[in-house]
Amino acid sequence: MIEQAEQQPLQKLVTGIPSFDVIAKGGLPKNRTTLVSGTAGSGKTVFAMHFIAAGIQDANENGVFITFEESPADIRQNVHGFGWDIKKWEREGKFAFVDASPEPDLETVESGSFDLSALLARVQNAVKKVNAKRVSVDSLGAVFSQFSDQATVRRELYRIAIALKQMGVTALLTAERANDYGPIARFGVEEFIADNVMVLRNVLEAENRRRTIEILKFRGTDHQKGEIPFTIVPGTGIVVIPMSAMQLRQKSSNIRISSGNPELDAMCGGGFFRDSVILISGATGTGKTLTVTQFLQGGAAAGERCLLLAFEESREQLFRNAIGWGIDFEKMENEGSLRVICDYPEVAGLEDWLVSIQKTVNEFKPKRVALDSLSALERVGTDKSFREFVIGFTSFIKHQEITGLFTSTTPNLMGGPSITEAHISTLTDSIILLRYVEMFGEMKRGITVLKMRGSIHDKEIREFTIDHAGMHLGRAFRNVTGILAGAPVHVSPSDVERIWELFDEEKRLHKPAGDDS
Amino acid sequence: MTGKTPRAELAIANLRRICEEDLRGQYELQIIDVLENPQLAEDDKILATPTLIKRLPPPLRRVIGDLSDKEKVLLGLEVRPDLLNADSSEPVEDP
Repeated sequence: MIEQAEQQPLQKLVTGIPSFDVIAKGGLPKNRTTLVSGTAGSGKTVFAMHFIAAGIQDANENGVFITFEESPADIRQNVHGFGWDIKKWEREGKFAFVDASPEPDLETVESGSFDLSALLARVQNAVKKVNAKRVSVDSLGAVFSQFSDQATVRRELYRIAIALKQMGVTALLTAERANDYGPIARFGVEEFIADNVMVLRNVLEAENRRRTIEILKFRGTDHQKGEIPFTIVPGTGIVVIPMSAMQLRQKSSNIRISSGNPELDAMCGGGFFRDSVILISGATGTGKTLTVTQFLQGGAAAGERCLLLAFEESREQLFRNAIGWGIDFEKMENEGSLRVICDYPEVAGLEDWLVSIQKTVNEFKPKRVALDSLSALERVGTDKSFREFVIGFTSFIKHQEITGLFTSTTPNLMGGPSITEAHISTLTDSIILLRYVEMFGEMKRGITVLKMRGSIHDKEIREFTIDHAGMHLGRAFRNVTGILAGAPVHVSPSDVERIWELFDEEKRLHKPAGDDS
Repeated sequence: MTGKTPRAELAIANLRRICEEDLRGQYELQIIDVLENPQLAEDDKILATPTLIKRLPPPLRRVIGDLSDKEKVLLGLEVRPDLLNADSSEPVEDP
C-alpha cells in the first residue's frame, strides 16, 4: 500500500463547499481522515454537515453522519435553514445517522475492559447501507466525556479512524478546543488520530466576530496557508472567502465608458475604463453622492444595468437628492436598469456583506456597481476584515468586468487623507478627489483626477459647481496652491505667470537672448 | 458483543457466574452478536462491547466491559440487595 502511494499523487475529493476547494487546492485528501478543530460556536458541526450535504447535492456521493453530541432530531432541525432536507435524504437512502448522542436518563456503569466495536459495526453498517463516500464524526471530544476509561477511548478512536480509511471513505472528524489560539484540541490526542488538521476560529476583535479557517497540515499534499476568512450563510452554509485566489488575474479592458458627466470624462482622458475601480474621495457635502448618481445615470443612458449599494442615506433621501439633480431613480428602477440596496452597514459583518453583495451581483448582473460609502462599512469590522472586504470586492467585480465606483469620506473638511484610502488606494485604478477650497470668505469646490491607470488625464485642480442639473466643471484654480494639503494659499497672477514660465521650456528657449539675465 | 473474542467469552462467563451465584438462577439471558445484527445495536444505541442491558425488572440499566468487577455489575444493574450473597465482596478471579 505504501509503495502504491509513492507512485501516484494523492487524490483529492472536491468537497463542494464554496471556495473551500480553492484554499484546499482541489479539496480534501481522498480516503483520508481530516480533523476540524475549533472552539464552541466556530462552525464545526455546520462544516461537518455541509461536507455531507454538498456530497449528496452536488457530487452524487452519499454520506453518514456520526453524532456524539446533538441528537439527530436536533440536527435535522438545526440545518434545515441551510436548505438541507435530511429527512428526505434519509428516505431516499442517501444519508444515514449513527446516533451516539448521550442519553441523559440512561446510566451506564463500566465494569472491566471494553472496546467500541459495536460503534464500529454500526458505522460499517451505515456506510454499507447508503453506499457512503463521505463520513462526518461530530465530535471526538464528546466520545471522551461518555466514558471514564480515556486510554481505551483513545485506542478505539484510533482504530475507528483506521477502519474508516479501509472503508474507502473520506472522513471529517470534529474536535473542540478551549481557546482560539492554543492546543489544537482539548484531549491532546485528536490531531494524532487524523491525517490532516484544519482549525476553525471565531475570534472577537474590537467587538466584532471574525471567522477564519486555517489548514494546518495536509499530509503529502499542498494547501493554502494562514487564516482565511469564511462566513456562514443561511440557505447556503459555509462560504470561504479566499483572498489569494483572487489576485491580479483580471483581464484589462481598453473600452471607455462615460462617468455620466462629459466634462469629467474629458478630464479622465475620455471616460473610465470598462473594468476599472474608481475611488471618489471627499469631505462631507463635496459632491460624492452626486458623482455616484451621475455615474448611475450614465450607465442607464447607455443601456447598462446599475447597482447602487447605499450605506449612508435612506432610499427616500437618495431618490429625493437625485430628483434635485434632475435624475429620476424611480423611473430607472421601474425600467429595470437600476437596483438600489439600502441598509445600515451594522446589520451584518463584512464577510456577510461581501457574500450577499456577490449574490446580488450574480443575480442582477449589473455592468456598473456604485458603493456609497466605504467609510460607512469601515466601522463595521476590524482593519483586517475591511481590507479583506475591499480586496475581495474589487477583485470580484473586476472578474465580472464591472465598473466599480466607491466613495470614501475624508475626516477633515479641507484636504487630508483617510484611513480608508490608505487601505485601498493601491487597489483602485483611478482616484478622483473632491475638495473644499476656501477663497475670500467663500467655500468653493475643487475636483482633480489624482490617478488614472493606463491613461493620460487632466492634472489640473478645477473648480466645479452643483445646481439642479448636476455637476458643472469650471476653470482650474490657477492662482491658488496648497488645496490638497488643506491650506489654500493665494498667489498673485504675476507670480503664477513666472512659475509657469520656469517650466515652459519652449517659451524660454524662444525668448530673445538679451532678455535672459 | 462483537464476534467471539476472548473479551466476549470472558464477559459471558462472568455474567453467567454472577447470575447463577447472586441471582440464584432467576434470569433470562439473550446474547446478540452485533456483527451479525448491527441494526439491533443501532436501535439500542450501543457503542461499547460487551454491553449488558437489563430490561426487566425496570429501570433499564446498562453495564459495559468484561463484567470482571462483580460489585459494579450488581450496582449497575440495580438488583435488590437482599438477593446478594454474603460473599459478594470477594474479588472475582481473572481466568
